[in-house]
Amino acid sequence: MAYNTPQDCLYAKSHEWVRIEGDEATIGISDYAQHALGDVVFAELPDIGRKLSKGESFGVVESVKAASDVYAPISGEVIAINEALLDAPETLNSDPYDAGWIIRLRPDNAEADRADLLDAAAYEQHVEDEASKH
Amino acid sequence: MKRTPLYDRHVEMGAKTVPFGGWEMPVQYTGIIEEHHATRSAAGLFDISHMGQINVRGPDALAFLQHLCTQDVESIAEGLANYSLMCYPDGGIVDDIFIYHLPDRYLVVVNASNADKDFDWMQQHSQGFNVQLENISDQTTMLALQGPRAEAILDRITDIDVTALWFHGVVEGVLLGDVPAIIARTGYTGEDGFELFFDNMYAARIWDGLLEEGQADGLKPIGLGARDSLRFEPKLALYGHEISETINPYEAALGWVVKLDKGDFIGRETLQRIKAEGPRRKLVGLRMVGRGIARQGYPVQAVEGDAVGEVTSGMPSPTLGENLALALVRADVAKIGTELDVVIRGKPVRAQVVKTPFYQTRYKK
Repeated sequence: MAYNTPQDCLYAKSHEWVRIEGDEATIGISDYAQHALGDVVFAELPDIGRKLSKGESFGVVESVKAASDVYAPISGEVIAINEALLDAPETLNSDPYDAGWIIRLRPDNAEADRADLLDAAAYEQHVEDEASKH
Repeated sequence: MKRTPLYDRHVEMGAKTVPFGGWEMPVQYTGIIEEHHATRSAAGLFDISHMGQINVRGPDALAFLQHLCTQDVESIAEGLANYSLMCYPDGGIVDDIFIYHLPDRYLVVVNASNADKDFDWMQQHSQGFNVQLENISDQTTMLALQGPRAEAILDRITDIDVTALWFHGVVEGVLLGDVPAIIARTGYTGEDGFELFFDNMYAARIWDGLLEEGQADGLKPIGLGARDSLRFEPKLALYGHEISETINPYEAALGWVVKLDKGDFIGRETLQRIKAEGPRRKLVGLRMVGRGIARQGYPVQAVEGDAVGEVTSGMPSPTLGENLALALVRADVAKIGTELDVVIRGKPVRAQVVKTPFYQTRYKK
């Protein structure tokens, strides 16, 4: 199965994407992640101003079956949250890379954090490897 | 990990699979919510071949089952089926089961995760009874066809008049012209529907045949995800959630399955005492008032902060559109209208005890 994997994002192995533009970074979950979760029915978002370390859980996305943590792909301070997800969490399924963004960060050290993230091609390979394990 | 004879079908049809009770089972095909609604409004087809089937035969079959089960098995006339529990001497539940009374035997259907344990339990307690026990789980395919269109679909592919089959009725008949099957008006979704048992060699043919026949009626294959939400809304217990070896029938609101006056059976003495004293815990329905979804294992506390129990099942109800839960709580906080908190990821979130079942069953009686 082919998943949508935009070239302008970087990806964490835990299936979040980050789009770094100037001194802002937008974060969400990948098309593969929303597909694996199934119907998203609830999203829990962090408070604005919270400082996140790379790899820290900052929110929860819930499907009918289960709750899944969402992890920060880079370190930084939360400067915006997508409040529209509180009323329409299904946007995470329908448009995970645009209307379904989750938070915006002011990165602490984007250049250094980038090194651990995957580009689109490497992430597609990672998804394929994970899928073949099942 | 075991697979049912229909595993390849599930994968071909795009199902996501998950481990469940030692089996690799489809959790969803197109989506849990869509599959849930399809079953409530039209019909759903479920592969439940992971469940265990045990034949009980012999002159003492009835006496043996009476000894083992809380239900009055004598009241299950030939051609009928009923729900029952097997309990330990301390009142904890070995498993919840369905007993089908066929002309030459009883067919006992047990949970997948408990199938081996149950068969051992039955064998251990068969001493002194003239019975033969046969575990036919590995050769038996079991499908559930559930929903308001189930009767019309099944009626077109069988020689028996299913419209005349009573609720909980069971007969032997033929599917698709020549497949011998057991056909029962039972199921675990809250809807009218049927369960079908036949040899594994016919599995793909019946699965495909039913889906083709039911296509115009809106019949869809349904995974375990929607099976869980469908059984949750009408408060049908699930082993490992609402019932377990540490939960007794009165706590699980299954006192109606315990017939204390039918004669002796395993656990009777303890259950009689529990009933007389009143259970210390009760299974209640919760509606989330605050934002959040209660999940199994989340602590439940009184508004003042005392721990009073825990969630046994919880999810957003697809039919009612609310976040609901079942919880086993201290009996003194079980009254409808009581406010409680469910602790979700460390934070107390307000909930209220509400009437159950959340969804009224629509069996054809």
